[in-house]
Amino acid sequence: MPITEVPNLAPALPEIFLGLAAMSLLMLGVFQNTTGPDGVMKASRLTSGLGIVMLVLAMVLVVTVSGDRLLTFDGLFVSDPFASFVKVLILIASTFSLILAEDWMEKQGCHRFEYVIVILFATLGMMMMVSANNMLSLYMGLELQSLSLYILAAFQRDDMRSTEAGVKYFVLGALASGMLLYGMSLVYGFSGTTDFDALAALFAGGTEPAAGLIIGLVFIIAGLTFKVSGVPFHMWTPDVYEGAPTPVTAFFSVAPKVAALALFIRVMNGPFGDLASQWQQIIIAISVASMLLGGFAAIAQTNIKRMMAYSSIGHVGYALIGLAVANETGVRAILVYLTIYVFMNIGTFACIMAMRRSDRAVENIGDLAGLAKTHPAMAAAMAVFMFSMAGIPPLAGFIGKLYIFLAAVEAGFMMLAIIGVLASVVSAYYYLRIIKIMYFDKPVTTPLETPIPKRIVGVLVITSIFVLAFVVFPNPVINAAGVAASALFSG
Amino acid sequence: MIEALVFYMFALTAIASGVMVVVSRNPVHSVLFLIVAFFNAAGLFVLLGAEFLAMILVVVYVGAVAVLFLFVVMMLDVNQVELRQGFLQYLPIGGVIGGILTFELLFIVGAWQFQPDVSAAIAAAAPPPDQVTNTQALGSLIYTRFAYLFQAAGAILLVAMIGAIALTHRKRPGVKKQKIADQIAREDSIELKKVETGRGI
Repeated sequence: MPITEVPNLAPALPEIFLGLAAMSLLMLGVFQNTTGPDGVMKASRLTSGLGIVMLVLAMVLVVTVSGDRLLTFDGLFVSDPFASFVKVLILIASTFSLILAEDWMEKQGCHRFEYVIVILFATLGMMMMVSANNMLSLYMGLELQSLSLYILAAFQRDDMRSTEAGVKYFVLGALASGMLLYGMSLVYGFSGTTDFDALAALFAGGTEPAAGLIIGLVFIIAGLTFKVSGVPFHMWTPDVYEGAPTPVTAFFSVAPKVAALALFIRVMNGPFGDLASQWQQIIIAISVASMLLGGFAAIAQTNIKRMMAYSSIGHVGYALIGLAVANETGVRAILVYLTIYVFMNIGTFACIMAMRRSDRAVENIGDLAGLAKTHPAMAAAMAVFMFSMAGIPPLAGFIGKLYIFLAAVEAGFMMLAIIGVLASVVSAYYYLRIIKIMYFDKPVTTPLETPIPKRIVGVLVITSIFVLAFVVFPNPVINAAGVAASALFSG
Repeated sequence: MIEALVFYMFALTAIASGVMVVVSRNPVHSVLFLIVAFFNAAGLFVLLGAEFLAMILVVVYVGAVAVLFLFVVMMLDVNQVELRQGFLQYLPIGGVIGGILTFELLFIVGAWQFQPDVSAAIAAAAPPPDQVTNTQALGSLIYTRFAYLFQAAGAILLVAMIGAIALTHRKRPGVKKQKIADQIAREDSIELKKVETGRGI
């Protein structure tokens, strides 16, 4: 029996580190002494603090190993600038959501150290997803991520809505995984390989793909659309976002979305890059439907988490424009857009988590009335995020949309850009409505609780500075996104 | 000839028990028929020369999953009649969707055409089947080429375990548990008596 040599572990160092870190924190959490009066809280605080440190260290490792395109584990795993860019973004999102979560979970009485462990494993799964270079490693990463997310959705287990969200997400997610697997099996059956490079080589000569392969591709797109919550596979999003505990919703709306979109980009432009003419129309249809639904359905919402769910569906629609054009400019535009989206969303959710009245978390849009009088600073921050989401010029959100629409116009997708602009005009209505409620409506009887926790203030300051200052210093992000996008198309 | 006969036996029994899973009124019978279906599928695997898969199917599906189903069915009082209430109502639309899907899949099968070099690509992935046994071939792939995926699968199982514990495990106060060590250590629980030889106690 031949003994194969040990694969080069260096490209996967961040993943290995994060996996080991999650397991050690698990051991640490399990063997903590929780008998004291606030033992559980101490254990969860300790793991949460260490978890944040681990995520930051993983980020450092990602930056360290980033560089040329490196394959390892027999071509199952790829490390390239595209993966590194997205991984840093995912780690930033996870770090912020961990920082935000602790306080809220403690006040809600569902602080347990497992939360941190599951978040770390979800992040690990996402990093594996974006580094996948084979259908099998794609699926493994995706399942690790999804399974962790199902647990997180149901984490507030004494709350009916949270458990309902968990069950709904689990059942529908399993269905989507089934579709994805069916598509993969069709692709494997007709092409004989699951390797992305081999698949790309198969279509490189301009050979006409077999009909079964196209069907497989369509199933894969359907499965991935579910994971990014694009229309028509978005139905789970509002219910899950509303039911899940707010820190989990904040996490859902950033990290998994970024990871799934990056995976979508890699699968479409990597193995199936030469079949662009086959899948472009599907992506265009999904993109248009998501933008329109995200714009119109959010108008009628009264729950702010539900509104943010529809808003995220709309944002996925805009990001998919960049995928539909199927070129380097498009991918760069998506990466810039996603970076801005992560910061805007984290900021908005930091505000939502600060909404508490008489020791209970409130989440109705009406509860924000008169916020400008009682919490001028928080209202100003929220206004900045809402303006940015709506795409009002000097703010970061505008630049993200600008890059997306420019990519569409350059590639000749004029209609797509026009629909995008119109949809964002519609969506401006509900973003601006929140500002109107905060600034011009009469305050409700009891104002929201005053001292906002320090951590939330810190996150709010960082994210609003990013959103405000992006227009002045856009180059670091745009250059990095450019390098990442060109890595995907160079070979 | 015999092989064909055995194949039809396994295949027909599998399909028949599959139908019985759906139509039988008693859920416990359904689960038992499911077990029969699993066994026949395992038989089909053996016919294909995939003896490892056959064993795994029996061990995992019959041994674990089916027994778990049985527990669920017996412990949760699922009312089958209530479950079936909407059946006729949704039959037309479900039938139409199923029909369309079947038609479309037949359409693909009709245009069955592989990408060139498929057989070469498949052959490159696995060691030659006539030289090694199933188990050895799988093992030598899983622990070398696909070690990464093997580890990832382990991580998924670990997360599933953490999730099951985090979502269901509760520390209930006021539950009286038996502590055997304490019981034995009680002062008056054990009495030593000297027994005189030949007289008993």
